[in-house]
Amino acid sequence: MPGEGERRLTFAAAVKDAAGTGLLALGLCIPIIAYRTHQDMSNRLVLQERWQFVAFAVLAAFAARLVYLLAPSIALKPAPRLRMGGESGAAVTVFKLVGLVLLFAYPFLTIAMVGPAGAIKWVDNFAIQILIYVMLGWGLNIVVGLAGLLDLGYVAFYAIGAYAFALLSTHYDLGFWVCLPLAGILAAFWGILLGFPVLRLRGDYLAIVTLAFGEIIRLVAINWVDLTRGYAGISGVPRATFFGLPFDDSEEGFAAFFGLEFASIHRTVFLFYVILMMVLVTNWVTLKLRRLPVGRAWEALREDEVACRALGINTTNTKLSAFSLGAMFGGFAGAFYVTSRGQGFVTPESFTFAESALILAIVVLGGLGSQAGVVVAALVLIGGTELLRELDWLKRIFGAEFQPTQYRLLLFGLAMVLVMIWRPRGLISHRMPTVHLRQRRAVRGDLVGEGHG
Amino acid sequence: MAANSGPLLAVEHLTMRFGGLIAIGDLSFTANHGEITSIIGPNGAGKTTVFNCITGFYKPSSGRILLAPDGPADAGEVAQLTRSARRWMKASNGSLFLLERMPDFEIAAKAKVARTFQNIRLFPGMTALENLVVAQHNALMRASGWTVLGMAGTRGYRTAEARTLDLAKYWLEKVDLIDRADDPAGDLPYGAQRRLEIARAMCTEPKLLCLDEPAAGLNPKESSDLKSLLRSIKTEHKTSILLIEHDMSVVMEISDHVVVLDYGEKISDGPSDAVRNDPKVIAAYLGIEDEEIEQAEAEITR
Repeated sequence: MPGEGERRLTFAAAVKDAAGTGLLALGLCIPIIAYRTHQDMSNRLVLQERWQFVAFAVLAAFAARLVYLLAPSIALKPAPRLRMGGESGAAVTVFKLVGLVLLFAYPFLTIAMVGPAGAIKWVDNFAIQILIYVMLGWGLNIVVGLAGLLDLGYVAFYAIGAYAFALLSTHYDLGFWVCLPLAGILAAFWGILLGFPVLRLRGDYLAIVTLAFGEIIRLVAINWVDLTRGYAGISGVPRATFFGLPFDDSEEGFAAFFGLEFASIHRTVFLFYVILMMVLVTNWVTLKLRRLPVGRAWEALREDEVACRALGINTTNTKLSAFSLGAMFGGFAGAFYVTSRGQGFVTPESFTFAESALILAIVVLGGLGSQAGVVVAALVLIGGTELLRELDWLKRIFGAEFQPTQYRLLLFGLAMVLVMIWRPRGLISHRMPTVHLRQRRAVRGDLVGEGHG
Repeated sequence: MAANSGPLLAVEHLTMRFGGLIAIGDLSFTANHGEITSIIGPNGAGKTTVFNCITGFYKPSSGRILLAPDGPADAGEVAQLTRSARRWMKASNGSLFLLERMPDFEIAAKAKVARTFQNIRLFPGMTALENLVVAQHNALMRASGWTVLGMAGTRGYRTAEARTLDLAKYWLEKVDLIDRADDPAGDLPYGAQRRLEIARAMCTEPKLLCLDEPAAGLNPKESSDLKSLLRSIKTEHKTSILLIEHDMSVVMEISDHVVVLDYGEKISDGPSDAVRNDPKVIAAYLGIEDEEIEQAEAEITR
């Protein structure tokens, strides 16, 4: 980092450096962006030049590098430590309360702002989707963040929950509220089943086996056609009802019962509250468990497994409990997914490795073991990419062919890189102790273990 | 318990092979109730291997490790237990444990043998207090009804948790870390980490405490504090201690009984004074005797 005296000297150097960056960007952009091929009417391949995009990219790289070099005060260095003193405790509580009230009022706020038809998108695509990922993130957070076991196949439990729900409700005609816990229990059972063979494995080996498990579940779903109907998927899963009242325009429907005019937003708002309650219960259970011996054992396991065994902690049971509990929350989320976003339809395509990676990214980006971090990361990664769909005005700058959603993964990668530079241990890396004598002070992220699997 | 005759721990014909290497060869020794037993020896003599066998981190190649925490073991009952496939039994004189058959966590949980590590193994991201609370996992797990009662927050669990905190506080005061109770263990200075690790082991309320080089890296003041801490553990808490140590001032001052290892075999065994003057021990530590050195030098110069 240049000192005060050096700063003027470095201006020319900074421009030079930035020019170098621009040149590098130019070199990269020529093969990637400058030419584009497409077929014309008579099926000929036509080369299209897009130098304006290259110029934009190079300028952007130059400007970004220059700003970065000339602003050492905001230079990329680890962010200052968060201080969580006693006096901020009240502020945090107020903040949480306001957040909770806003969350509960959210569907009505959006309806008030954009009307019932427009609000479906904002409640379903945004809120419900984000909340599903928050739930998945919190479930995986138990395994990866608290117990320190790297699980790359978490989507398997999501899939098991979804398929369990779909199969139970279509074959046995069971309702939403019966199938939901059953799906969670089945997923937890599979969590234990996976747990047994991988108990001896650590780190990379554990990651590989869990990755394989995720793939196995998906391949079984594809190939066990008799049960799962393969790629065709299971359709016609009964939709969620309001404790027996279907959301339709019939006489016995929800709208008729409450004397409302039928609108499809009713179901969406109801589902929003269902997932919100599920998420809040997940959070409550996790926070409670953290303060119980089992939760402390998870964290101790992440810190040092050998020391755990020397203290008489049965690490086998501890790992299994983390696996099964994480799996259970994944199963709940899967079951909920089928009735809400899945529109009563499950296919193996929804449960690819990319999904596991996304959930893991939410946990890692948020900060291992941090409940609030998962929420922020899910907001950024899921909400952010959904927001890209709203950026149609960019077409006026880049032309009608420009599709902002295609840049989803690019932004995703950029967010990852930035967070890893600024906050290598995740957005919220510090850890709050579960018990204290005099003052509850956060533990710095760099002291907290990451687990060895 | 200190009045008990008969050994607390009896290691018999213990052998540990790693492939072709014999780390411990046919080692037998005992550690008595209410005593501090030290295991000393040059580097690589196999001391830590003995510890790892006793605490279950290694499975010995052969031999028997008997722990009789409640009183002298009856030879007939020990033979009966050894013949059976069982790991422990309730004998006429309390429980008997065959440690070589038990997994590591069970040795700590059931046989009540606690240990510390040569390279400190605390939970660095947890506070000093949390480290001591985690050590009481098994007692607290039972009180929380394997989490069910704990989730419900029953009074039984809450009193158990309060007891846990009291014990943790007691040990924090004892090792002079009460002011740093809410600091992460990884932030403590080296000497404090050593003390915290001993406190954590004591929070499991062990019958036998195995300390692997607790004085390593301590300054003279800290060393002398350690001595009084270990003495008080022995007398006030009636916990027997098995000690590996290189710091001879610590060993000779507080040990009731010293076992000397060299190349995985016992070369001396007895009270500290006797061991100190044993020519075999001197030879093991200093190599060869002075006259022989002179002889060797004369040969080289010739």
